[in-house]
Amino acid sequence: MSGGFLTLEGVRKEFNGALAVDTFDLEVAQGEFVSFLGPSGCGKTTTLRMVAGFEQPSSGTIRLAGKDVTLTKPNQRNIGMVFQSYALFPNMTVGRNVGFGLKVRGRPKEEVATRVREMLELIQMGHLEKRYPYQLSGGQQQRVALARALAIKPQVLLLDEPLSALDAKIRVELRSEIRRIQRELQITTVYVTHDQEEALSLSDRIVVMSAGRIEQVGTPFDIYNFPKSAFVASFVGTLNRLHVTVADSRQGTVHYDGQSVRLGGPTPEHADGSKVVMMLRPEELHLGDGGGENRLNGTVSSVTFLGSVVRVRVRVGEADLTLDVLNERRLHLPEVGQAQTVTFPSHACWVLAEN
Amino acid sequence: MTLSAAPAALAVEAQKKGKAPARRDRLTSWLIFVVIAVYFLLPLAATFYWSLRAEKGVLGFEAYRRLFADARFLPAFSESIVNAIVAIILSLLIIVPTAYWVTLRLPRLRPVVEFITLLPFVIPAIVLVFGIIRLYSRPPLLLTATYDSSRVVLVCVYAALSFPYMFRSVDNGLRAMDVRTLTEAAQSLGANWATILGQVIFPNLRVALLSGALLTFAIVIGELTIALFMAQQTLGPYMANLTRSKVYEPSAMAIVAFSITWAAMGLIAYISSERKRL
Repeated sequence: MSGGFLTLEGVRKEFNGALAVDTFDLEVAQGEFVSFLGPSGCGKTTTLRMVAGFEQPSSGTIRLAGKDVTLTKPNQRNIGMVFQSYALFPNMTVGRNVGFGLKVRGRPKEEVATRVREMLELIQMGHLEKRYPYQLSGGQQQRVALARALAIKPQVLLLDEPLSALDAKIRVELRSEIRRIQRELQITTVYVTHDQEEALSLSDRIVVMSAGRIEQVGTPFDIYNFPKSAFVASFVGTLNRLHVTVADSRQGTVHYDGQSVRLGGPTPEHADGSKVVMMLRPEELHLGDGGGENRLNGTVSSVTFLGSVVRVRVRVGEADLTLDVLNERRLHLPEVGQAQTVTFPSHACWVLAEN
Repeated sequence: MTLSAAPAALAVEAQKKGKAPARRDRLTSWLIFVVIAVYFLLPLAATFYWSLRAEKGVLGFEAYRRLFADARFLPAFSESIVNAIVAIILSLLIIVPTAYWVTLRLPRLRPVVEFITLLPFVIPAIVLVFGIIRLYSRPPLLLTATYDSSRVVLVCVYAALSFPYMFRSVDNGLRAMDVRTLTEAAQSLGANWATILGQVIFPNLRVALLSGALLTFAIVIGELTIALFMAQQTLGPYMANLTRSKVYEPSAMAIVAFSITWAAMGLIAYISSERKRL
């Protein structure tokens, strides 16, 4: 994924002195699907709007296909945008909405009509060309918005939380639809979301943001399994955090609640006796023996049946350890209050300094 | 059995008690409606009755016939209509881009713009007209020298008079749609400001624009004070002259003016009821 088709260099944005985006550097390769993931107010939408041209960066440069577009007007950037609220023009039919971009570019009627048909076939809505937006469901409206953005053959497609207004089932359906279309057209795509599942399932790379800064950039696998900060670790996926004391940094052992835990390797960056935070993913933990060389003893505090998995919380010392057990018919669920051993392999846990 | 019947009986009792105040409320509402209707309709009915008595001993439309036969009526009427239409166009051209820009880029200025558009309500028409005459009747802004130039000033004043209605109509229409996102969507598709206003904003504001336009029409069509002091031969001064010289025709004229206003209001109500579909 080297070579930036879309490049942001040192992009900063301030609103009345308040920093919204701080020194944002990113290279997006042609055909790549990159997601900006972060909580509300982290600057992801502002960054996207700067790429679209709706906001001017306070400093920094944005390049598209090697051309500096930092000061280019939004209507001259050839960037397609899909909004959370669909933003279909209520006075136009589906067909006219999709053809709007080509029409304002002065394309011949026949070309517009052909492209509209192509786009509607792509989103499997060819039969609804004459409908008005108010006659469509939310999912259909967002499909039309996607077709409208793609009809102009944009160099980059930007999607600003496009699935947030839809119900869960439609969201999952449309998610795979967006990925299918993106792969089919090989279009460079930047997707903004606060939903980690969306980002993990759709993206080639994820940019995790917090308080206007990039926390980490990586593949979904790297972001989930090798988070570089406590923020990324806790924001992406469910995480168990235990405040432990380093017992032997060369051996890679820590103590928690009077029990010893072996880490995946030495931790020379943390002195013996220092307080650190140990992270564990729920799916790496096992109830009872057989889950690995580490074991912690505690008491079951809750059992929640979620369908395909059962989420169990085990109280160990001052903290609850959350773990997921795959459901099966012969599963014997533990009871609340019952003494329980939790086991996990040493490679499942990693430590970060407190704060 | 008894235990289960008791709550049922209580429920029926409560239902009866609930129904009685509801019926009383409905009766009160109707009573208020009738009183107000009589208050408004009685003078109108009396005017209409009076307008039918032009011929001795019979009720008929003689006053209306005389009114429409008067050589001064139709020119005054058509002049008022033209003035109203031009004032509406002028008002739209000023208010729509202003309200759009305030919504999109300068929301902090909304109270200021609202206040400015309300000024025609605050300043009495007589003060307004003397101010205008003083301002425009001496060089370098000598615009009241001829009938036609005065008419231009009059139309501009009418446009200003319509600002409170037009701004509110347009502002409500803009608030009902997501102006910012629609604008940005159109921009991302390559549209310039003129295309955005002409193809996206105006068509989606048509109900609001029609409401504002019809309200303006209703105000301008019978306006008296300003037209009179600017020596314009429109419907307002014509009606005033008529009152001084005729007996039954002023009543007929009042009914015609009412009918025009009501038709405009009815059209607004009809278009508004279609809003959901749009």
